[in-house]
Amino acid sequence: MNKILELNNVNKIYGTEIKNQVLYDINLSFEEGSFNSIIGQSGSGKSTLLNIIGTLDKATSGDVLIEGKDIKCMSANQLADYRNRTIGFVFQFHYLLPEFTVLENVLMPYRIQNGKVTRDMIRKAEETLKLVGLDKVKDNLATKISGGQQQRTAIARALINNPKMILADEPTGNLDSDSTETIYDLLRNINEEYKTTFIIITHDKRIAEKADRIVEIKDGRINLDLRK
Amino acid sequence: MILGLRIAIRFLKSNKGQTLLIVLGIAIGVSVQIFIGSLIQGLQKGLVEKTIGNSSQITITSGKDENKIKDYEQLVEKVNSIDVNISAVSVSSDNAAFLEYNGNSQSLLVRGFKIDQADDIYDIYDRITEGSYPQNENEILLGIDLKENYDLNINDKVVITTTKQKMTECKVVGFFDFKVSSINSNWGITTLETAQKIFEAEGSITSIEIQVTDAAVFTTDDIATVIKDSINRQDLKIVHWKEQNESLLSGLQGQSISSYMIQVFVMISVILGIASVLAITVIQKSKQIGILKAMGIRNSSTRYIFLFEGFILGLFGAILGILFGLGLSLAFTKFALNPDGTPVINLYINYSFILLSGIIAIIASVLAALIPAVRSSRLNPIDIIRNN
Ligand SMILES: Nc1ncnc2c1ncn2[C@@H]1O[C@H](COP(=O)(O)OP(=O)(O)OP(=O)(O)O)[C@@H](O)[C@H]1O
Ligand SMILES: [Mg+2]
Repeated sequence: MNKILELNNVNKIYGTEIKNQVLYDINLSFEEGSFNSIIGQSGSGKSTLLNIIGTLDKATSGDVLIEGKDIKCMSANQLADYRNRTIGFVFQFHYLLPEFTVLENVLMPYRIQNGKVTRDMIRKAEETLKLVGLDKVKDNLATKISGGQQQRTAIARALINNPKMILADEPTGNLDSDSTETIYDLLRNINEEYKTTFIIITHDKRIAEKADRIVEIKDGRINLDLRK
Repeated sequence: MILGLRIAIRFLKSNKGQTLLIVLGIAIGVSVQIFIGSLIQGLQKGLVEKTIGNSSQITITSGKDENKIKDYEQLVEKVNSIDVNISAVSVSSDNAAFLEYNGNSQSLLVRGFKIDQADDIYDIYDRITEGSYPQNENEILLGIDLKENYDLNINDKVVITTTKQKMTECKVVGFFDFKVSSINSNWGITTLETAQKIFEAEGSITSIEIQVTDAAVFTTDDIATVIKDSINRQDLKIVHWKEQNESLLSGLQGQSISSYMIQVFVMISVILGIASVLAITVIQKSKQIGILKAMGIRNSSTRYIFLFEGFILGLFGAILGILFGLGLSLAFTKFALNPDGTPVINLYINYSFILLSGIIAIIASVLAALIPAVRSSRLNPIDIIRNN
């Protein structure tokens, strides 16, 4: 299968005076259409890794290749467009825009790409919201729904542009186990139907076990890399 | 850009109190500017009107000793067609003489006018307090000071003696009041024909007097130059009011400069106000900007958000400010009245100036938004994502 993403000897050091190395010589690659999970203790460097994969953060040294292309050679606008079209983010904290409604938040990545929203697109957004069980609150402001609903809104937002890759940082952290199960089934379905690549950080062992591959990070190093 | 506008509107709407406060701040700045501008312009206009409103603004005289301009008819015709801003052209035959009545004698400037033309400049008809204007030969209109000094009455006969000792008896047909005592006690107005006859100057005049439209008052010197060039007569002398009123002009200029200073400082304080509030907005909205950037909004689009915020604030501030400013100005002219019903302060409502103030406020607001806009584009999304 094609490698959609490749990390070569990636190091991440925080701080300039007091150096705090968080990632050590990470070599990883992800295949297109695969469903991957990343596990590890709190503070082990999972979010840092995911942010580097998502081009939000820069590695201190080493290369990040997207479909064979080094991101160091891409301009700020190219990176922004790449994030918009190719990646769907679900962050550890929901990060919705409080000034906009649930539906408007879901449509935002599409708006960034196209400026205007078509009727079809609104219908698609509404369907996606139905899929995550939010059709009743779609016109609420993003601040006027529960934490779990916010997290589900963020998932719907990540799906709207049909991205090649979804990066999720504990997307079900705020959800009860039933909802967690539902959401994972949903993500899995999307993965199978659209061949979307998933990289999901999770604490939930049961969820990790459902993935095609489990990568365990320990103190900034890859401790385990299990494929089914 | 559309997205930038959309987000800008939403940000402004979600923070109504703050938005209203900035709009109000801009509005007050704009209205102060409009009020002060209208006030200063009104004062200046009043002053200029009083000084030169009823006098010749450009005067053509003969450069030669004998002070006579012959063939003046074509000259007048030509001057009339030179510039659209020339509003009145009047010929006159001015001569120094003596006025004798009842054993009294004093010097008198006898001005022979074509009364209709001269009225365009001097408002002669409106200034006649008693009697009528000279129409026939040897009729004369005198100032009310002479009437009081010599106990003159209408239809009295006075004697005009020229410097060559030629005496002519004239009939007093009326009295005028120009509200200037040197004129009221020194001028005698008669027809051009009578003056030409008395002073033996048939077919010639001593000066052509010209007024320009209000809009051109301060460019009278340019018009004078145009007249000079187009009549191209070395033997004629052309003077304009600006040469003759230098101290008034420098006074007006000082006033204008201080008015500009006030306006500039008002605008600067408005700009600083907007810039500082928008700078705070960037910090308030940094989380949103970070999220949008993570989702792939371009740096240029985040700049648009704040530029549009500046523009919208400026636009509404300007509209409100113009309404305030006009309201304030109109209230002053309508309600602050002298006992005789004239306004205490004569404001000059100049719509193009008001529009300009509004446009400047909008431009200033957009400029003030520039710093926050640039700041927003420098924001790094990871700082927001990492720090929650
Ligand atoms: N901005 C920062 N400056 C300095 N150190 C940082 C910074 N952000 C994270 N770290 C450190 O990097 C290490 C890894 O952080 P990271 O957020 O990647 O952990 P994590 O595996 O996602 O943990 P969690 O499961 O709690 O989310 C931590 O020890 C943290 O203290
Ligand atoms: Mg984390």
